[in-house]
Amino acid sequence: MLESHSTLRPRESPPSFAPRLGVIALLILLTFAILVSRLWRLQVQEGENLRSLSENNRLRLKRTPPLRGVVYDRQGRVLVDNRPSFNVVLVPEDAPDVRATLHALSDYVPDTTVVRGETLPHNPRRPSYEGVVLAKDVAWSTLVAVEAHQVDIPGVDVEVSTKRQYPPAGLAAHLLGYVGEVNSREMSLFPGYRLGDLIGKFGIEKKWEAELRGQGGGQQIEVDATGKRLRVLGEVEARAGKSLLLTLDRDLQQKAEAALEGREGAIVVLDVHTGDVLAMASRPVFDPNVFARGIKLDEWHSLLADPLHPLSNRAIQGQYPPGSTFKVLMAAAALEKGVITPATRFSCSGGLPFGNHVFHCWKKGGHGSLDLQQAIAQSCDVYFYQVGQRLGINSIAEYARRFGLGQPLGIALDHEAGGVIPDPAWKKEVLNTPWFAGETLSVVIGQGYVTVTPLQMAVVAATIANGGTVYRPRVVRQVTDDESGTVKEYEPEVINKVGLKPETVQLVQAGMRDVVNSPTGTGKKAQLPDILVAGKTGTSQVIAGTRGKGKTLPRQYRDHAWFIAFAPADNPEVAVACLLEHAGEGGGAAAAPVVRQVLADYFALTRGEKPEHAQVRPKVDITS
Amino acid sequence: MLKFDRRLISHLDWLLLLLTLMLLGIGVMAVYSATYQSGHRLSPWATRQLSWAALGLIGMFAAFAIDYRRLENWAYVLYGLSLVLLVLVPVLGSSGGGARRWIGLGFFSVQPSELAKVTLLLVLARDFHRYAPPQGYSLRELIYPAILVAIPAGLVLAEPNLGTAMVLGLLFVSLVFAAGVRLRSFTLAALAGGGVLPLLWHHMKPYQKQRVLSFLNPDSDPLGAGYHMIQSKITVGSGMLWGKGFLQGTQNRLDFLPEKHTDFVFAVVAEEWGFIGTLVLLALYCALLMRLLVIAGKARDRFSALVAVGVAIIVFWQLLINIGMNLGMLPVVGVPLPLLSYGGSSLLTVLIALGLALNVSTRRLLF
Repeated sequence: MLESHSTLRPRESPPSFAPRLGVIALLILLTFAILVSRLWRLQVQEGENLRSLSENNRLRLKRTPPLRGVVYDRQGRVLVDNRPSFNVVLVPEDAPDVRATLHALSDYVPDTTVVRGETLPHNPRRPSYEGVVLAKDVAWSTLVAVEAHQVDIPGVDVEVSTKRQYPPAGLAAHLLGYVGEVNSREMSLFPGYRLGDLIGKFGIEKKWEAELRGQGGGQQIEVDATGKRLRVLGEVEARAGKSLLLTLDRDLQQKAEAALEGREGAIVVLDVHTGDVLAMASRPVFDPNVFARGIKLDEWHSLLADPLHPLSNRAIQGQYPPGSTFKVLMAAAALEKGVITPATRFSCSGGLPFGNHVFHCWKKGGHGSLDLQQAIAQSCDVYFYQVGQRLGINSIAEYARRFGLGQPLGIALDHEAGGVIPDPAWKKEVLNTPWFAGETLSVVIGQGYVTVTPLQMAVVAATIANGGTVYRPRVVRQVTDDESGTVKEYEPEVINKVGLKPETVQLVQAGMRDVVNSPTGTGKKAQLPDILVAGKTGTSQVIAGTRGKGKTLPRQYRDHAWFIAFAPADNPEVAVACLLEHAGEGGGAAAAPVVRQVLADYFALTRGEKPEHAQVRPKVDITS
Repeated sequence: MLKFDRRLISHLDWLLLLLTLMLLGIGVMAVYSATYQSGHRLSPWATRQLSWAALGLIGMFAAFAIDYRRLENWAYVLYGLSLVLLVLVPVLGSSGGGARRWIGLGFFSVQPSELAKVTLLLVLARDFHRYAPPQGYSLRELIYPAILVAIPAGLVLAEPNLGTAMVLGLLFVSLVFAAGVRLRSFTLAALAGGGVLPLLWHHMKPYQKQRVLSFLNPDSDPLGAGYHMIQSKITVGSGMLWGKGFLQGTQNRLDFLPEKHTDFVFAVVAEEWGFIGTLVLLALYCALLMRLLVIAGKARDRFSALVAVGVAIIVFWQLLINIGMNLGMLPVVGVPLPLLSYGGSSLLTVLIALGLALNVSTRRLLF
């Protein structure tokens, strides 16, 4: 049959082939006839009309940017809003003499982007009907001057736009983030953005860009040769972005930031029953309003070059050894694993020989004999060295991970760090060296390779407080689409249940209560007169062998101070973690008073005012 | 090395070559005008288009010089290679406008979806040649070739590149018609095709749906695709009878047209050369297509006849979709105008395809 494949082929032409070619040719000719008749209609019959449309120019596209969504705090108080902003623009096509107009304009507008005597920068990709921005966000007086002298400066127009308005003094700046003009990388990643559009660059503004942005609209208008609008051919209304209701409390945030003022560090305040972030402060801070008005290059460079990294959100990006705050986890792990009981006593003489090395307790003379509750209260290192030896590194790592350490918690913000929970497998992979038994002793007191973020430690405190449920920290409670009236609620989300026996929880809580309230506790400075506070101090060494050297060391070698807490101790509702970077003092001396202040403020705000504080629904009110 | 038969020169299909070169020349001029900026001698696009044309002519020569019977034997290898490239696109590809289509090859990048058109044509022609029932194909006999089409078409659609996937589908349907099919199968296939449309719609990206919607109702999106369509019509119409003259197109100059050097290059020609110019251009295309059909009619065997018809089919559908879009008759779908639109892969592919036709036309007298 046909499979016989010879080099010499017969001239095969099935009888039906030629007629079909004829049909194809006919169809093609017919199509061409249709195309030609269409061309005739467009170019000859309607040509005159379309030519004049093209000449009088015709159709213009005027875009209206969407109004960005408003961000409210948990009580519906405005955190981020929009304000009107006026730009002076020049439409080259409408200016008979661009040079003269620019010259005249410089009398009214002090600093335009075009220097006197020069002409517009040449940009062939810009249509001449499109305005060139000469001065951005001008003052009211300039605006009035331009409006009043319209005749002298033909082609100059005032364009109204909106600018993002952030709370003053950088309130919650790291959390809220900021917007900026979209760059070319972002434009290639997210289609639908045009040059000059705003996009969230950091924080909530970035992570919730899709919700906040809204949808741009515009008008297709026909104008005459002088730029006068003849009629609107089509219009798409801009859709405002959705507004966000945060879990943050504006007042508490203010208080937390005030408590941190003048220091470097972070404070995180969580609702222990939901994981709601009530406050998240990081210092030093920047002013997002600088970004909203368009940051200048030198300002940007000085922010980047600042050795204290003001742009970094220490609460979620900073990774520090947890120091003794880690002991609350270790106590819980040891009880759960059954390697000790609440009654187990160890004796501390100020150090524990291990191998050919002595592991010291922070207290030179030693603590003598203590049980677990006392060991937590007095933060005895030797007691926990014993605990660590019995637990072993793998159990330590297992429990630390159950509490949410060692990986990002998945808060709805970018750049969240995960910290490190080391174990032999980790060390083999990262450092390619075996685990040494002595390293377990460093880990159990929160030193060595262990690092955590302040947010993670706040979650640990909240988890101890609520009896073992790890909640994903929540920053956005509700997304409201004001255009359609739909509301999306975000429910509290449980990441993990640690699985703690009630006795374990009770004992660790008791130990933490004693930290603050027992005469021998290390965190007495966190005591409140009317509310029972539970907490844990931590002092994490930056380099070995500097314990207690305090403020005599250069800043970058000084210890970090930690304090984690929850309150009220008998019926917990709020958890706090505070980290002071390179404080040079211990957690009890430096961080405990800060947390005391934040807790005092929290109870003043909640107890002093409405008791149903957290239930208040916001009144949404957008002025467009 | 290939032995080069001197008779290839004497029997060369000069008419086809001449038509190709003329259209190529018009294309470079149109790209030059579309991207012309006063003060610059040569736009980088025109320069690049010229070098692509040179490369394409080399490709055309290669497709011409290798005996097509050898190509028939290699058809599956070439087809397989193009599938491998298509699969690699999501892995190695670079994206543009929300879709991954290109593979970088050092100094330039290619769209494997373009090359797939030619390799698909070769395997289909081979299969339709090897098996040709006298009464035409039944539906069952078309399942295998349909799979041959579905694989590259599916990969291309996933990029997403609706235009090229559509061309692949249309190539198949038209080639089946040319190869001979029972009327019953054809009707059934057409009905099945109609059933696929809602499915296709379901899988389209929002921007693709928007284009179709705005075609059906230009007022639904006067800012986006509808705007392009209106502007394109104005551009074409404003050329009137004689055109505004070379480099004088105001619509073009003022950036009213999007993608003017690629998808809307026809509008640029229409604005500058008017009805007379477009008439000449269409006449050239028409002559090219008719010449390809004549070549098919005279071809020595079924394989080469189908290749020639297939080349005509590819050129025809792309031309219709593109010009139809430029004239506001069809939705905005990114299909380049053969030989005119800016774009290396498309140019290379069309020239290789025409090289095959030249091959067929010239060799029919050699053995």
